[in-house]
Amino acid sequence: MDFNDTPAEAAFRAEVRRWLAANAPPADALGYDAAALPAARAWQARKAAAGYAAITWPVALGGRGGRTIEEVIYRQEESRYGFPGSHFAIGLGICLPTLMSYATPEQVARHVRPALYGEEIWCQLFSEPAAGSDVAGIRTRAQRDGEDWVVNGQKCWTSGAEYADFGLLLARTDAGVPKHRGLTVFFVDMKSPGIRVRPIRQSDGGSEFSEVFFTDLHIPDCQRLGGVGEGWKVVLTTLMHERNLVGGNKMWPTPAEVLDMTSRLTLDRAPASRDLRVRARIADWEVDHRGLVYLYYRALTSLGRGQAPGPEQALHKLVSCSQGQEIACFLMDLMGPAGAMAPAALGSAWASVEKTWWWSSAQRIAGGTDEILKNIIAERVLGLPADVRVDKDVPFSELAEIQRRTA
Amino acid sequence: MNFEFSDEARAVQAEARRFFGERCPRPLVRHAVEGEQAAAAPLWRELGTLGYLAAGIDAEHGGQGLGLPERCLICEEAGRALAPLPLVAHWTAVTAIARHGSAAQRARWLPPLADGSIIATCTLAPAGAGPGVDSPCRLEHDLVTGTRQPVEAGAGAGLVVLQAHAPDGLCLVLVELAQAAVERTVVPMIDPSRPHARLTFRGARAERLGAAGAGAALADGLRDHAAILTGFCQLGGADAALAMARDYALERYAFGRVIGGYQAIKHKLVDVYVRNEIARGHCYYGAWSLATDAPETPAAAAGARLAATRAFSFAAQENVQVHGGLGFTWEADCHLYYRRARLLALVDAPLDAWRERLVDAMATPAPDAALAQVA
Repeated sequence: MDFNDTPAEAAFRAEVRRWLAANAPPADALGYDAAALPAARAWQARKAAAGYAAITWPVALGGRGGRTIEEVIYRQEESRYGFPGSHFAIGLGICLPTLMSYATPEQVARHVRPALYGEEIWCQLFSEPAAGSDVAGIRTRAQRDGEDWVVNGQKCWTSGAEYADFGLLLARTDAGVPKHRGLTVFFVDMKSPGIRVRPIRQSDGGSEFSEVFFTDLHIPDCQRLGGVGEGWKVVLTTLMHERNLVGGNKMWPTPAEVLDMTSRLTLDRAPASRDLRVRARIADWEVDHRGLVYLYYRALTSLGRGQAPGPEQALHKLVSCSQGQEIACFLMDLMGPAGAMAPAALGSAWASVEKTWWWSSAQRIAGGTDEILKNIIAERVLGLPADVRVDKDVPFSELAEIQRRTA
Repeated sequence: MNFEFSDEARAVQAEARRFFGERCPRPLVRHAVEGEQAAAAPLWRELGTLGYLAAGIDAEHGGQGLGLPERCLICEEAGRALAPLPLVAHWTAVTAIARHGSAAQRARWLPPLADGSIIATCTLAPAGAGPGVDSPCRLEHDLVTGTRQPVEAGAGAGLVVLQAHAPDGLCLVLVELAQAAVERTVVPMIDPSRPHARLTFRGARAERLGAAGAGAALADGLRDHAAILTGFCQLGGADAALAMARDYALERYAFGRVIGGYQAIKHKLVDVYVRNEIARGHCYYGAWSLATDAPETPAAAAGARLAATRAFSFAAQENVQVHGGLGFTWEADCHLYYRRARLLALVDAPLDAWRERLVDAMATPAPDAALAQVA
C-alpha cells in the first residue's frame, strides 16, 4: 500500500501542475453566473487547446485519449485553484458523450468542438415539476408532424438554461404504452421559437436554475437520439456518464475548519473548541470525513488499475450532505439566538455557514435524492428486491386513474 | 495510489476465511457462549500449526512470512466468524515484546507465542470506573502487586503484559501467570465466548519491558496497535451481521412479500452498509499505518476504533431489529453479534478518549490534503 502516483501518473501530474501554474486564471476571475461567462469561455478554450478539456475522449474527437485516472488527476490539480463549478460540465460530462453514442458522425463533428472550446453550452432537460425521482414519469409530449416533432410541456430545475445553446430533451412520444416504453430523447437548439426560460426563485432567495416551457416547439426528426420509444435506454446511458464523474468540488467546511471556527466562538467563557462536547461532535464528523477520503482513495486505486469504481460516489453524497446540514446547524446553535441572524448582520465570514445550511438541504435532493440513492445501493449492492411498482405494466395514459384508485 | 492489500495478503485472507468458515461455524460460537469454552482450544492450536499466529513476527523468532497486513486481515476473518479467541490481546502482547523486549526476552517468549503453545494477554486499559473494580499495580524490586479485571483469557494465558507504577515511574511489565503469587478468578462477561478473569498479584515475579518511566508512551502505542486489530475484528463482525440481516430480509415474508422489499428495511440496511464501508476505509488506513509504522498511527487508530465500533454496534443492533421477535430469542444467532459488538466496544479506552485523540491529531492532515479536498 502507498498513496503515491505511479511513475506515469506522477509525470502527468507534474505536467498538469506546470501547465496550470502558467495558464490558470485567478479564481475570482471566474464565477458560476451568466455575467462570468466570457471569462469562463476563455478559460475553457485555453484548456481545450492544451488537451485538458476532455482527457478521456478519443483524439479524433478533440480529446486526449487518456485514462480516467488522468482526468481525476487533472481535477485534483485544478481544484487547488478554488474555481467555482463549470458552465460546461453538464455538456461535456453528460450531453456530448450521449451524442457520441447516438448521433450521426456529422452531428457529432458539428457539436463536439464548439462544446469543447466553450463556444456552445449544453443543458439537460429531464426533470419536470411532476417527475423528479420518477423521471420516467415525465409529461412533456412530442408528437410526430411530418419530418418534425412538435413538443409541448415544461421542464424544471434546469441548470444553465438561460444561457445554454443546446439541450438534451426527454419527451413522451407514446402515452399508450407503460411509462418507460413511451419515451424518446432529442437534442434541441435552445434558441428555437417555442422555448421560454424562466428562472426559479429558490428557498434561499437565489436563482441558479430555471423552468423551461415548450409551446409547439418544432424539432426535426434528425435530432432524435436513439429509436422512437427507446429514450429510457438513452437516459440510462447519460446517467452512467453522470456516475463516471468521480470526485467533486468541496461543498462544506471540513471538520478541521469547523474546529478552527469554534476556536473563535465562546462557550462557558472559554473557546468552544476546547469544550469536550464540541470536540466529540467534531470527532464524529471527522470519522465520516476521513472515511470518505479513504473510500475515495479506494476508488482511485480501482481507476488506476483500469477497473470501475464501486458505489463510493453515492456513499459520498449520502454522508457528506447530511453532514453539511448538521455542521451548519451546530455552528448556528453555538451562537445562541445570534445564530438566527443573517450574514448581512454577522459578517461575510458567516456566509459560508448560511450557504452550507441552505445548500446541504438542496444537495440531498439534487442528482438523486438520499432515498433514491439508498434504493439503488439496496438493490444493486445488497441485492434486495426493487420496490413494488403499481405503474409498471399500465399504459401511461391510464396512470392518473390508477393514482386515484390507490390514493 | 495503491490503497489495496497485496494479492498475497488477499490470498491469505481468503484461506483464513475458508478456515474460520469450516472450523468456526456459528454453532461452535454458540457452544462457547453457552459455556463450553474448551471448544475454542483446538481452533487455537490449529491457528498456531497453520502459521497464522506467527503473522507479524520475524523469521528469527518463529515467523513464517506473514506480516502485519496479514495479521489485520486474519482479524477481519476471525471477527466475521465471531471466533472465540483472544487474538488481539495475544498479538498486542507479542508486539509489546517484539518492540520493547530485550533480545533475551524476545528469544524466550516470541517462538512459543508464534506457534500458540503459550497464550499471552495484556491489560492496558485505564483503571475501571466502578468501585473496587481495579487497584493499580505497583512494581517494587521486580515484584508486582495489585488487581486488574477483566483481563481477556486471564485464566488460560501463560503471560500478561501490564502497566505498573515503579519508583522510577510508570513502566510496562511482563508477568508469568503460572505462579503462586498470582490469583486468577474467572469473571462472568456479557459475551461468555470470550472468557475473562480477575488477576490478583501478591508480589508476583515480573520482568520490565522497555525503558523505565516510558510505560505510558509505550502503552499508548500498544493501544493504537490493539485498536486497529480490534477494528478489523469489528469490521468482519459488522459485515457478517449485515449479511445475516440481509439474508433474513430475503426469506421472511410479511404483508405478502419478503420484508427486504420494503424501503424501511432496505434503507436501514443501506445505513448499516454505509457505516461498514466507512469503517473499512479507516481499518485499511490503520493497516497501512501499522505496516509502515507511520507517524499518523495515533489518528489512524482512533479513526479505526471509532468507525468500527460504530459500525459493529449499529449492524448488530439493527440485525436484531430486522429479525423482529425472533431476534430476541436465544435460538436465533443475533445475540452472538449483539454480545460481541458490545464487548468489543468496551475492550480498551472509552470512546470519548479516542475522540479526543482524533481531534488532537486533526492539525495533522491526511496524507494529501488536496486529495481530501476533492473527495
